[in-house]
Amino acid sequence: MQKLIQWIDARLPIVEAYEKHMSKYYAPKNFNVWYFFGSLAMLVLVNQLLTGIWLTMSYNPSAEGAFASVEYIMRDVQWGWLLRYLHSTGASAFFVVVYLHMFRGIMYGSYQKPRELIWIFGMLIYLVLMAEAFMGYLLPWGQMSYWGAQVIVNLFGAIPVIGEDLSLWIRGDYLISGITLNRFFALHVVALPIVLLGLVVLHLLALHEVGSNNPQGVDIKKVKDENGIPKDGIPFHPYYTVHDMLGVGVFLFVFCAVVFYFPEMGGLFLEKPNFEPANSLKTPEHIAPVWYFTPFYAMLRAVTVDLFGLPAKFWGVVVMGAAIAILFVLPWLDRSPVRSIRYKGWLSKIALAIFVVSFVILGYLGIVPATPGRTAVAQLLTTLYFLFFILMPFYTRMEKTKPVPERVSG
Amino acid sequence: MRKLIFGLFMTVLPALGLAAGGSVHLDHMEPDHTNEASLQRGAALFTNYCMGCHSLEYARYKRVAEDIGVPVDLYEENLIFTGAKIGELMKISMDKDLAAGWFGNAPPDLTLESRLRGESWIYSYLRAFYKDESRPLGVNNAVFANVGMPHVLVDLQGLCAVKPTIGESASVDPLSGNVRGGEACTQWAIEGSMSSAEYDRAAYDLTNFLSYMGDPVKVERERLGIYVLIFIAIFFVFAYLLNREYWKDVH
Repeated sequence: MQKLIQWIDARLPIVEAYEKHMSKYYAPKNFNVWYFFGSLAMLVLVNQLLTGIWLTMSYNPSAEGAFASVEYIMRDVQWGWLLRYLHSTGASAFFVVVYLHMFRGIMYGSYQKPRELIWIFGMLIYLVLMAEAFMGYLLPWGQMSYWGAQVIVNLFGAIPVIGEDLSLWIRGDYLISGITLNRFFALHVVALPIVLLGLVVLHLLALHEVGSNNPQGVDIKKVKDENGIPKDGIPFHPYYTVHDMLGVGVFLFVFCAVVFYFPEMGGLFLEKPNFEPANSLKTPEHIAPVWYFTPFYAMLRAVTVDLFGLPAKFWGVVVMGAAIAILFVLPWLDRSPVRSIRYKGWLSKIALAIFVVSFVILGYLGIVPATPGRTAVAQLLTTLYFLFFILMPFYTRMEKTKPVPERVSG
Repeated sequence: MRKLIFGLFMTVLPALGLAAGGSVHLDHMEPDHTNEASLQRGAALFTNYCMGCHSLEYARYKRVAEDIGVPVDLYEENLIFTGAKIGELMKISMDKDLAAGWFGNAPPDLTLESRLRGESWIYSYLRAFYKDESRPLGVNNAVFANVGMPHVLVDLQGLCAVKPTIGESASVDPLSGNVRGGEACTQWAIEGSMSSAEYDRAAYDLTNFLSYMGDPVKVERERLGIYVLIFIAIFFVFAYLLNREYWKDVH
């Protein structure tokens, strides 16, 4: 065994890579429960890839056969129901862990210098993940798959001049059809997963270059021992590999409880109208995207005024796009001398609380049908969402921060 | 910790909104996929009364026979009218385009009806037909207004002369002592062969069968789930002990 490793290592630096990323990657010893979600996202990604490959073996990507082939997987393919529920529940679980992972980053200032690029790669992962989820949702070819895709692709039609042609180009047809289904299938199972994996590699390489942040935002590289090892760092392997297993245990327990007992999650993970095959002549009463898109959908619907001769729908798309785009520049909006929320002032704490509450309520408003009252609330919350970012350079600079300790304490 | 609870809350909150939706009151129906007698009666009712128009085209006869505990040869003899082989999908011979001409809409496939509309909806719908001369087929439905379907089970239930009350449990009026609600229909235009309680059971069985149809693996899934969760719980204990062993020298 040793000889084999030497033989390979002389040709490919596997020992160096193992040490750099595992046994000699020093992570702060004070990670808390929020630091589980990165490794859990990786676990869900692997679950999606494996179950996805097996689903592809029995799925039929055509308008005539897609719906029936999903039921074929659910009924006739051995363990097909398990593969499908693992995949559909995994899609929602992916967004649960990614949202919590992003919240961790915002809470502890993990995007701050020198980790801006990690944040950017992470945001790109989030963006590709949304595209991946959106295209995957069309594949079962149910009513909500169909009309959800119709609504979202039509959004591109709101762009002046090129809009109509652009949405036509995306669909490949004048309405969502088998042609759209085929190209979404290709993108969902080949193109986007490759991009996603590439971005995950970049995210991790960038992370391992500068090292992990921690709940206190202390720079552990400032205090090193005689061998140049951070005094507050511990090797990722074995310490955090065994530690992450705890998170894996808890996560899998909850995940499998959903898979085996609540696979529809009350219509949140699998929407009821999707148990009816797509029908281009019958619009469902109420079209709602899956829960992980609803905060942005609520923002889209919140914009109700025509401006500068352009329709409200266009500005809704702009607002929705801006809501995601503004997250990219977060590292440059935060002017605080400290990273972690623990040492920031009360203004930052209140701002973060308002931001989270706004996002969650917007998520709820995006699911339920719009009423004038709800739209007014959505308008207020959308404003608050943006104020969190726009005012950040001011409140992070003017507030009084607490001193950050030299060493980590817990 | 507070934020963790908040995170969980964030994922559950929208469900509350969904639960609040729906304007029609329904009678609650709790399916039981382990009640084979009920599933068998439901299958017999479905084959005899519904399957002329409604297919179950994603399911196979053999699987159904095995799942509901009917010997395959008995099922083949008594519950397959189309000449289909036991391993085939449960399709029907009615032409969809012609059917659309007769009823306005082609009768939908019902394999997934219980997951589309829910068991309580089906149970209520089956008991909500009433006489309405303004409709082309002379009947209407209190749950599905202006439905294109005739009351196929009229021989069993009879036909209610007035719009039945659905979704109201029986209550005693404190002043008069009269019982209100409970009995969905108060006046009959046509008498059926079944009593009200018998028909409710038939509707239950039929709904139970369709509930099984929508999710045939439910019993097996929930049986397996226990073992999976126990396995993960044991895994967690070992992971916890391993983690404690490694971390005892980290201070």
